[in-house]
Amino acid sequence: MTKDSQLATWEVFIQSKPGANYIHAGSVHASDNKMALQNARDTYTRRGEGTSIWVAPTESITASNPDDSEMFFDPANDKVYRLPTFYVMPEGAKAI
Amino acid sequence: MELLEKTDKIHEELLKNFEEKINRGDAIEPKDKMPDAYRKHLMRQMSQHAHSEVIGMQPEGNWITRAPSLRAKQILLAKIQDEGGHGLYLYSAAETLGISRDEMISQLHSGKAKYSNIFNYPALTWADIGAIGWLVDGAAIVNQVSLQRTSYGPYSRAMVRICKEESFHQRQGYEIMAKMMKGTKDQQEMAQDAMNRWWWPSLMMFGPHDSESPHTGDAVKWKIKRHSNDELRQKFIDKTVQQAEVIGLTIPDKDLKWNEAAGRYDHGAIDWNEFYRVIGGNGPCNKQRMAHHIKVHEEGVWVREAAEAYRVKKEKQLLHS
Repeated sequence: MTKDSQLATWEVFIQSKPGANYIHAGSVHASDNKMALQNARDTYTRRGEGTSIWVAPTESITASNPDDSEMFFDPANDKVYRLPTFYVMPEGAKAI
Repeated sequence: MELLEKTDKIHEELLKNFEEKINRGDAIEPKDKMPDAYRKHLMRQMSQHAHSEVIGMQPEGNWITRAPSLRAKQILLAKIQDEGGHGLYLYSAAETLGISRDEMISQLHSGKAKYSNIFNYPALTWADIGAIGWLVDGAAIVNQVSLQRTSYGPYSRAMVRICKEESFHQRQGYEIMAKMMKGTKDQQEMAQDAMNRWWWPSLMMFGPHDSESPHTGDAVKWKIKRHSNDELRQKFIDKTVQQAEVIGLTIPDKDLKWNEAAGRYDHGAIDWNEFYRVIGGNGPCNKQRMAHHIKVHEEGVWVREAAEAYRVKKEKQLLHS
């Protein structure tokens, strides 16, 4: 018998309503993008959870390494002036 | 020698970081460093959980063509489709640990990976469909609600999704039982008979008593398991007794009684010999369940091959266009 294949894996992202972010739901197996979309619909949206789906081959996703996260995300921490609360507003100023 | 000590030290450091993370209540994600034993435990537990969902389609599938009404048939179809879906969520989550779907399925077929013992019992009458939904799914829900807080992120997320869907399963089962208990004497007897046969196997679903459970130690420390087998079993009993009373079913346990001081029901002894006999492959349906899974899997090979061939053909066409 030849080696059985369960087909390639695809990552599934679902938009729950128009205008919302696409959120990762899980993965499916499929031979091509069309089958991946259909399988994603059957697997992750049986109760109207989505208005739109993205699928992407698992191997095409690059993820950051959790070990590097301190270094990788560090530059954000010392730039508090990116937050509105950093600024001193004159007393009495409205709607700002 | 020096090198060995150095690796030991690195190993210790990694374990310490991992356990600190667990103790903080942080989720562990696929790319995080984790002890081999943690990964192995999850692979075993999650693949077993996925296999259970899929094998669990069989006893119920048996009744699709014989459901007593179109309404019942539609509901049963939707429920079984959900079970298949739950299997897929779990396989998908388990794959993030680095085990392939092929591998999990071949482990199931070789007997290395188990599935829930409960599905080695047959669904003899329509009342069994009620009992499975109410008791078996009910027991599964108690376990799965607890697992929503398991430490491995992908497993926890799959559990949240599954729990949202499972409560319909339990309700549809209870509705079947309630309907039969309002029916003829024969129907009432059929419901009680299903109750009698499914009650004890449902209690066994939570696994051996805490004092006997071989996998509990690390699983609790690493927060894979958030409640012990006995705690979960107790929770299930306490909520189910009242539901049985409401519809007039008797729990087949003469030692079952309310313990006022402890605020819970005390129950009779579970026949663990029966449990180990069925786990050991000698239940009423073990061979049938596995033979069916292998048959369907093998009959589906050509579909997967055809799908692959179609992809290759399409890619070639794209290349030449």
